[in-house]
Amino acid sequence: MKIFVMLLSLLGLLLTVVPAFLHFFSQISWNTHAQLMFAGMILWFVFAPIWYFKKI
Amino acid sequence: MPRQSRLISRLDALYEFDREPVPQNKLQGFGNFLGLYASEHVAGTEFVIGPLFVAHGVSATGLFLGLIVGNVLAVLSWAFYCAPIAVKTRLTLYWQLRKICGPYINFIYSIVNAVMFCFLAGAMIAVSATAVGLPLKMPMPSLQDFYPTSVSWVLVVFLVGAIITTLAIYGFEKISQFAKVCAPWMFLVFVACGVAALPKLGCHSFGNFWEVANEKIWTGIPMAGQSKFTFWHVMFFAWFCNMAMHIGLADLSILRYAKKWTYGFASAAGMFLGHFIAWIASGILCAAAIGEVAPGPIAYLGAGVAGVVCVVIAGWTTANPTLYRAGLALQVVTPDWKRWKMTLIAGTISTLAACFPALVMKLLEFVAIYGLVLMPMGVVIFVDLMILPKLGLQSNYAEVFKKPVNISAGLAWLITLSVCLFLNLKLGIEVFFLGPIGIVLTFLLYLLGSLILQKRQV
Repeated sequence: MKIFVMLLSLLGLLLTVVPAFLHFFSQISWNTHAQLMFAGMILWFVFAPIWYFKKI
Repeated sequence: MPRQSRLISRLDALYEFDREPVPQNKLQGFGNFLGLYASEHVAGTEFVIGPLFVAHGVSATGLFLGLIVGNVLAVLSWAFYCAPIAVKTRLTLYWQLRKICGPYINFIYSIVNAVMFCFLAGAMIAVSATAVGLPLKMPMPSLQDFYPTSVSWVLVVFLVGAIITTLAIYGFEKISQFAKVCAPWMFLVFVACGVAALPKLGCHSFGNFWEVANEKIWTGIPMAGQSKFTFWHVMFFAWFCNMAMHIGLADLSILRYAKKWTYGFASAAGMFLGHFIAWIASGILCAAAIGEVAPGPIAYLGAGVAGVVCVVIAGWTTANPTLYRAGLALQVVTPDWKRWKMTLIAGTISTLAACFPALVMKLLEFVAIYGLVLMPMGVVIFVDLMILPKLGLQSNYAEVFKKPVNISAGLAWLITLSVCLFLNLKLGIEVFFLGPIGIVLTFLLYLLGSLILQKRQV
């Protein structure tokens, strides 16, 4: 369960940064990049605190 | 008990748990310091500093070289200057100053520190306000604005200030933990913002980045009304923007938990993620926004809603510990008052200060002044612990000779700041370049003062 949650939060981080590079290389539009970043933010803030606070 | 002794014992009680050296079993590993420095230096201020370099017309070469050299010097200051003292004494700055300077100078230092913290928290509230005001179509302050620009700006600042202060009062610990969760995400938002804004400047591959950087971002031409920055400005700013922490030794509080002095090198994580990559990314955003410097709009340009949320969180999580520290420092004035009351006062001062956009638009100057004002006390501690014993003189003057005031430390601080003020106002030397002069002056003044004072005592 913990690994699943960590993977989802990691996916959140990937969605935060990877779309910017895809937009930079003209693979996706700015709107798609912004929407994917938004989704990444939601994933990170929903799942990261679950395992982060245990670590703290 | 006389009134004076009562005051001193009440002040000391505030720092009850900090007065002993850190025991061996409480020391922390290198990884903790890497994480701490990385999260502390990717903050709300980074959204402002990068654009201000662009506004001041620094060239691309000047910026990159200045940041590399300045950040390396800052890391070396932490590693070779601050960390060795921290692991030697394992005391906080407060208690080390108390032993050397006595309670009265300590009292004044705490007040000055509190005022500086309030202004810093004010800058963070203003940063968050630029993001909160974005969906409300609030007119953003520009580079030339010193005074409140509109009623809506003041209202949004008060709203943000009230929320941040209330949260700092009720949930300081929780927000500090939340800030640790935010840190890796915020850093990636900075990177993403910078990369995603490059196509707006005509850069679609890494091959033409340097060309775009020179022609469209760090052009070497300052915006209207801004002074021209060079390599030297950037280098000294990057080195001294945290002068209060390394040369000023405020980070004794952190590095006293280090197992070895070499943990001071962990500061490189903060310098090169926050003060290099994040500053470059926010500079790119400013250029893509055609000179706009308000953090909210430029972050939206780079990352949409996620960027705006990042600005709010960055401002909030930076203001939270700053307000707490300001409240703690202010508590020396009224030790009987509860911590929440002092945080409320600090929050009110910070919010009032945040109404003035000058605090954000002149952030570079403010940060430089902040470091300069607090730096002399760090130099005093360095001379006291590292130099005086080699000359056969006593360290910890106030404690050893049971004196309430170490006049040589007080004069070294006062004279250094007076000379720096004179050099700035009368000779026009910019505040960014006053650090080295101040360090040498304090060093010599305290050394000379201690020689005279201790010879007289003997």
